[in-house]
Amino acid sequence: MLTPDDIATLWLTFRVAGLATVIMLILGTPLAWWLARTPSRWKGICNALVALPLVLPPTVLGFYLLVLMGPKGPVGKLTSALGWGTLPFTFNGLVVASVLYSLPFVVQPLQTSFAAIGRQPLEAAATLRASPLDTFFSVVLPLAKPGFMTAAILGFAHTVGEFGVVLMVGGNIPDETRMVSVQIYNHVEALQYPQAHWLAACLLAFSFTVLLVLYSALKTHPVAHPMT
Amino acid sequence: MSHDANPTIAARFDLDYGDFRLNVDLILPGRGVTVLFGHSGSGKTTLLRCIAGLQRAPKGFLRIAGDLWQDDARDLFVPTHKRALGYVFQDANLFPHLSVDGNLRFGLKRSGQPPADLTPILELLGIDHLLKRMPDGLSGGERQRVAIARALALNPQVLLMDEPLASLDFKRKREIQPYLGRLHQTLKIPVLYVTHSQQEVAQLADHLVMLHEGQVVAAGPLAETLSRLDVPQAHERDAATVWAVAVADHETEFHLTRVAFDGGSLSLPQLPAQIGASLRVQIQARDVSISLQAPAATSILNVLPASVTAMADGDDGHSVIRLRIGNLPLLAHITRKSAALLGLQPGMAVYAQIKATSILN
Repeated sequence: MLTPDDIATLWLTFRVAGLATVIMLILGTPLAWWLARTPSRWKGICNALVALPLVLPPTVLGFYLLVLMGPKGPVGKLTSALGWGTLPFTFNGLVVASVLYSLPFVVQPLQTSFAAIGRQPLEAAATLRASPLDTFFSVVLPLAKPGFMTAAILGFAHTVGEFGVVLMVGGNIPDETRMVSVQIYNHVEALQYPQAHWLAACLLAFSFTVLLVLYSALKTHPVAHPMT
Repeated sequence: MSHDANPTIAARFDLDYGDFRLNVDLILPGRGVTVLFGHSGSGKTTLLRCIAGLQRAPKGFLRIAGDLWQDDARDLFVPTHKRALGYVFQDANLFPHLSVDGNLRFGLKRSGQPPADLTPILELLGIDHLLKRMPDGLSGGERQRVAIARALALNPQVLLMDEPLASLDFKRKREIQPYLGRLHQTLKIPVLYVTHSQQEVAQLADHLVMLHEGQVVAAGPLAETLSRLDVPQAHERDAATVWAVAVADHETEFHLTRVAFDGGSLSLPQLPAQIGASLRVQIQARDVSISLQAPAATSILNVLPASVTAMADGDDGHSVIRLRIGNLPLLAHITRKSAALLGLQPGMAVYAQIKATSILN
């Protein structure tokens, strides 16, 4: 059975993933909108930067974040100066790292569904007196709903499953930074195979359910396809 | 600002894409249907989009019914959503996530106008039974009618239509044409209508602007513009003149209807139309022959006194003659030999014999 420790790590994992998903949707929506529509020559660089975590080993990303957010890194100096302390090995640091790590899973489905909407509905809205902001909320958001569903589910699920970044940035502090994937690793290290089995099965069931829901929903709304 | 004081549309645009340049300077009437006509690539849709503000010509001036929408000399450009226009897109472009009713009310909610009774518009376009439906479940013709109603619901100052029939098959075109005819008779605002179809020009245009490679080739009232000898259409095999006429009386014993125009009348096969009803009659240039005297005995009913106003040589042995009957122009295609034998010269008084006519609405 799951021990109270295991349940605490599950709860922490869902809190990190939930918060990271909300932040990613808030940051990712304007970013994806810009990427889907800009003719700017910076678009290629931005696309590459956002997609980088897809191919980069998580330990590399984690290592750089550790250095940047550490007491001697520029971000760490800034957060210290602001009186927030340093981010590594804290809950907040874990959320920041998760946002950067999972962002492509949110931005890419959004970008795809924004691009699929095309300029036509936007022009129709403009001829019907809707300002660009109004159009975004009354036309773009409803039409991109499948893209938002995909983005939220993939962003959340991917954050739940992270390991390398968590280990580098978060460490292994119970109730603060110890996430499920790390807990499974701890169980295996300690040769507690039954415990590892329970947690692993939980994640397996979770991931499968998420993907099942996602692909069943996409069958009825074939607008957005995750590019991953 | 009074809209009656300046009821015309003034549009000047210069837009250079390198391989294509739109350069127009137009004054268009403030009422009736103005058709922007040209082949694909002539710039007619670009011109319409510039008028809507969907595209911005870097050097432009646009005034509609006293409202200034663009004047780059003063750095003025009113964005599309602040222009009192209605726009009908080529493929309807309804919002797929809203019902027909939701689509119709989308603009209305944002226009700041009091909630209007849409019934007259719904009846005019025959869509009152579709309100609850989603756009996905409509036929192409129904979608386009909803799109027209959606544009009109806002009570715009000008209606812009971009090839509204082009994406419909023949049957759907036939289905929607009567509605366009009714619109034409009911609307009090100017309509700018883009098409490449001569058929639609003949049926709908009051005023014609012919575009070629981004330039205006000819612009003016329909009958005058269609019969200009310096536009290629006058020389084509199916060149024709379109007259606006009114039903004068019926000769029931001969199954004929007499229609009158400014300066004369025509006898047509009997029409199921009331006296006073307005009609459009199309006369093919090849169905018009010319004689110097009034023929004493002929089976042709419509022989009208005319004067020759201009002549040009066609490219395959025929002459294109422009006649004037009363206040209307008429094109005739006759052989170059006939023209020579008759000794036709501009200014001569002749008789035009019209062998056939067709009714357009």
